[in-house]
Amino acid sequence: MRKIFTLVGQYFLLMEKVLKKPDNSTVFWKQFVQEVEKVGLSSVPIVAIVSIFIGAVITIQTTYNITSPFIPKAYVGFMTRETMLLEFSSTMIALVLAGKIGSSIASEIGTMRITEQIDALEIMGVNSANYLILPKIVAATLFNPLLMLMSFIIGLCGGGLIALTTDVITPADYIEGLRMEFKPFYIVYGVIKMATFNFIITSISAFYGYYASGGSRNVGQSATNGIVSCSLCILIFNLVLTHVLL
Amino acid sequence: MIKAVNLYKSFEGNPVLQDVSVVFDDNKTNLIIGASGSGKTVLLKSLVGLHDVDAGEIWFDDQLYTALSFEQKKHLRQQIGMLFQGGALFDFATVEENVMFPMDMFTNWSLEEKRERVNSCLQRVRLENVNRLYPSSLSGGMQKRVGIARAIALNPRYLFCDEPNSGLDPLTSIVIDNLIHEITHDLMITTIINTHDMNSVMEIGEKVVFIHEGMKYWEGSKEEILHTDNEALNRFVFASNMAKRLLNTGH
Ligand SMILES: Nc1ncnc2c1ncn2[C@@H]1O[C@H](COP(=O)(O)OP(=O)(O)OP(=O)(O)O)[C@@H](O)[C@H]1O
Ligand SMILES: [Mg+2]
Repeated sequence: MRKIFTLVGQYFLLMEKVLKKPDNSTVFWKQFVQEVEKVGLSSVPIVAIVSIFIGAVITIQTTYNITSPFIPKAYVGFMTRETMLLEFSSTMIALVLAGKIGSSIASEIGTMRITEQIDALEIMGVNSANYLILPKIVAATLFNPLLMLMSFIIGLCGGGLIALTTDVITPADYIEGLRMEFKPFYIVYGVIKMATFNFIITSISAFYGYYASGGSRNVGQSATNGIVSCSLCILIFNLVLTHVLL
Repeated sequence: MIKAVNLYKSFEGNPVLQDVSVVFDDNKTNLIIGASGSGKTVLLKSLVGLHDVDAGEIWFDDQLYTALSFEQKKHLRQQIGMLFQGGALFDFATVEENVMFPMDMFTNWSLEEKRERVNSCLQRVRLENVNRLYPSSLSGGMQKRVGIARAIALNPRYLFCDEPNSGLDPLTSIVIDNLIHEITHDLMITTIINTHDMNSVMEIGEKVVFIHEGMKYWEGSKEEILHTDNEALNRFVFASNMAKRLLNTGH
């Protein structure tokens, strides 16, 4: 228990160093663009693939679960939309990203730590935490909510493909469902969740990398610990945000 | 001048540096020697502030480094160049970008000016046509030289080198030693070098500090080192046959 408190304290001390105005803003924006590519754009394919399959599966499962003749078939489209928007495109995609970008951030920064590259930055008078971590946090927090919107739309297309190519549900019913009782606030809710989760993923995995020590085995270990902590925090904050926002 | 006064440093109750007081002179290559594990790296990293010391003072000329704030330290560090034991080149950047890095961060020179400076630094360490290569495709000696070029990119006032020639062949070692010596005198800076290589001591040891089990046992010049009666130092010095031969020919 005391170990957890020490870790959390250390994390906030690191964030105090990270969340400062960058030493050199030209350099910062250059890094930002590179990080958008690394933490955001490079995840587009995986997010797209996962979303299209899940959208399709939700549509099929919902159809088979609605057995009562009193529930109109259009509810399938409605359910697909709500599930994607409320949970899947933010929380599940964030868990996928925690594995993908979390491990790469932790091992990248961890390797820089054990090969003394971080010391080299410090010695030059660079705030290494700010230089290495802030661009990643800003890029992921600002850009990755777009991934969430993309996942949402692609997921609906996945359901649409089922409607078009099978006789599980008719396209007309599906589309009617998609347009049923749409609450724009859910989009805001999803975006806020996704932004928070991406802050968590980048900052926590960077934290584990930054304090890696020893050899390459320890770097691997920090990456693993990072992913586990990210995932736990995502689940906890999902609960908290849902309680506060809905 | 860099001065340490009564430095203490321990890791989890394990004392590594004990009451180290020493002055490193301007315009000289100051060598810290000692056996592996004696605390050389810890002393060097404590001097530059990569380790927080438990007690003691560190002075950079008239500034009490240990009392400076984070921001003030950052400012002073821009006058420090450091070569790390493993090179510590940025693996995400090419040789040119590595040497240019401090300029990108702390100057508003044009790209032309920066390129020119990079080339002159690389020339100084006798490296040509490697600008576009990544550190991973350089040999160990070349990486060390790029490390030196990066350390001197902004004309530091203080230069720190942690084992600049460990793992290098004797010929390259001498080239690097002489390079550091030459840079020290050209730029008139304070240079501190960690080494356990007696060749380096005899080559460029203008001031030599001997560390043994985390304590300063002896200091003097390379001329004096062969004639001391300090037992631990003698064991260290005469572990190498070359030093014995040097002493004999001197007689
Ligand atoms: N970060 C650290 N945590 C705990 N102990 C450390 C740490 N760094 C160094 N030590 C200990 O301090 C002692 C001195 O280590 P140091 O690296 O200074 O030796 P050295 O003289 O540089 O040796 P070498 O010539 O092999 O580089 C060693 O016993 C080492 O175990
Ligand atoms: Mg060492």
